[in-house]
Amino acid sequence: MDNQEKQQNASAYWKENVRYLFILLSIWFVVSYGAGILFKDALDSIQIGGFKLGFWFAQQGSIYVFVVLIFVYVRLMNKLDKKYGYDE
Amino acid sequence: MSVQTWTYILVGITFAIYIGIAIWSRAGSTKDFYIAGGGVSPLANGMATAADWMSAASFISMAGIIAFAGYDGSVYLMGWTGGYVLLALLLAPYLRKFGKFTVPDFIGDRYYSKVARIVAVFCALIVSFTYVAGQMRGVGVVFSRFLEVDINTGVIIGMIIVLFYAVLGGMKGITYTQVAQYCVLIFAFMVPAIFISIQMTGNPIPQLGMGSTLNDGSGTYLLEKLNGLSTELGFAEYTSGSKSIIDVFAITLALMVGTAGLPHVIVRFFTVKRVKDARKSAGIALLLIAILYTTAPAVAVFAKTNLINTVSEQPYREMPEWFKNWEVTGLLKFDDKNNDGIINYTSDKGNNELTVDNDIMVLANPEIADLPAWVIALVAAGGLAAALSTAAGLLLVISASVSHDLIKKIFIPTISDKGELWAARLSATVAVVIAGYFGINPPGFVAAVVALAFGLAAASFFPAIVLGIFYKKMNKEGAIAGMVVGISLMLFYMAKFKLGWLGEIPDSSEWWFGISPEGFGSVAMVANFIVSLTIMRFTPPPPQEVQDIVEKIRIPSGAGEATQH
Repeated sequence: MDNQEKQQNASAYWKENVRYLFILLSIWFVVSYGAGILFKDALDSIQIGGFKLGFWFAQQGSIYVFVVLIFVYVRLMNKLDKKYGYDE
Repeated sequence: MSVQTWTYILVGITFAIYIGIAIWSRAGSTKDFYIAGGGVSPLANGMATAADWMSAASFISMAGIIAFAGYDGSVYLMGWTGGYVLLALLLAPYLRKFGKFTVPDFIGDRYYSKVARIVAVFCALIVSFTYVAGQMRGVGVVFSRFLEVDINTGVIIGMIIVLFYAVLGGMKGITYTQVAQYCVLIFAFMVPAIFISIQMTGNPIPQLGMGSTLNDGSGTYLLEKLNGLSTELGFAEYTSGSKSIIDVFAITLALMVGTAGLPHVIVRFFTVKRVKDARKSAGIALLLIAILYTTAPAVAVFAKTNLINTVSEQPYREMPEWFKNWEVTGLLKFDDKNNDGIINYTSDKGNNELTVDNDIMVLANPEIADLPAWVIALVAAGGLAAALSTAAGLLLVISASVSHDLIKKIFIPTISDKGELWAARLSATVAVVIAGYFGINPPGFVAAVVALAFGLAAASFFPAIVLGIFYKKMNKEGAIAGMVVGISLMLFYMAKFKLGWLGEIPDSSEWWFGISPEGFGSVAMVANFIVSLTIMRFTPPPPQEVQDIVEKIRIPSGAGEATQH
């Protein structure tokens, strides 16, 4: 690859990376600030087992989603690294 | 065997293991001392990060705080886990690629300025000292109850232990000790939680037990029962809480962003080999942290229900042994205001006769639930593991800031590797002594102080690092002004509304935007961003070679090893 191609490759990689970040962080925001705080009272009218749903998101659900988000990110990025030849 | 004997045995064994590991993995070079030689596997790094992260506040205080705050306690649960998503996605991989020893290293190089480096060093020192004071206090609390020495003696014993392995082993010693400490603390947290969950709901998984029906044949859900008990005594419903939405939002944000900006957490990601290892170990760390963080709210519900059932409207003279034990430490107080010999526990401050310190909920929980002596002793060992591992991690950041960022990079650039290693050891020693002083004369109770450290980190580092990676045109003038304004604003708000250094502490109705000092870090962070971006417009852009560095850190391959220059 010459220099210009390298540059293009790098910026295409960065663009896709930023798009992933945007999607994943939106989910991050929705489960914690959305379901656990802003819409907590509305969700509390739904009851699953002994849990009110909003309360469950605030004290349990959001944390599970956080863990899943990071592992999804790891997978996506490993694939992206391979696609653009940055894998090592 | 008695609780006392079990405690001596378990604490003795775990301490022997920590010291053994410290001797085996002592540091031979500054690279060992700062970043454990740079070859730590993602799993070991994940475990060490988790232990480093879960402090005395997480282990000892958090479940207790949630037990008394109910839904409001969610800010700690979401705040102290959600930050890892930011860390994994926005910071860790790029900082690893950058490949330096410390956070001020990054700030100093990215913003091509000694002033930026010095500002970052001071921010790191303020944040770390605020945080470590709380840890030493936690050590003191555990020692005082379980080894029956006073809190100050407990702090001094803790200082000696930490001193031993932090000074000898540096990051290398700390990392491998933390792996052991994670195992001890998670085991110690889970065993009583599982016992109590089975006892109360018949479900061995505390996360599910919390949402199950009670074991007493009534068919009532545990949470419903607790809501009922709380309102009966005049408190808010457990699942509702009493903080305003904006304050809950602000505190959660400040804790999340603060987590991602804490130097002792960030520096862990310098210790792995490749960029992809940094991402993966962030995931592993959060998974291991989540085990404790999803159990803590369950423990809070069990402990609160048990406590109310045991003490409320019961005669004082029939109180079990643990009640008297904790009265001795002063963390549990009974004041028979109407002299009827009955414990009245109510939200009405004038008639309430029982004061329970947050900190004892986890520590006393096994006793309240009448669990075997070895479980109670195990909790003591776990609390010590949590407090010591975090204290050690923080001391390392402090010593690296002084020996690497100040002495090596600013004052004596010609210092040899050996000389720098000794400087690092010396500054770690001084830091332990100062931390111990704060532990003996604490500026507040454990979690309050720790929560403020997050505000400080959110207000100073997070914007500077994120802009440094994601905004190529960000220059030194903007970053420095942002950090200075952010951390000053946060310090001012803390001094005024929390510590009362500027005259009497004003009423909460005077909080800016209705946001408490714990949540103010998010406002100060926004101020940092705004100031950085505004100043940047009126000052020259960063030189081309710095913009090239930014291009380079965005690409994961070729991270190589962390180097000094």
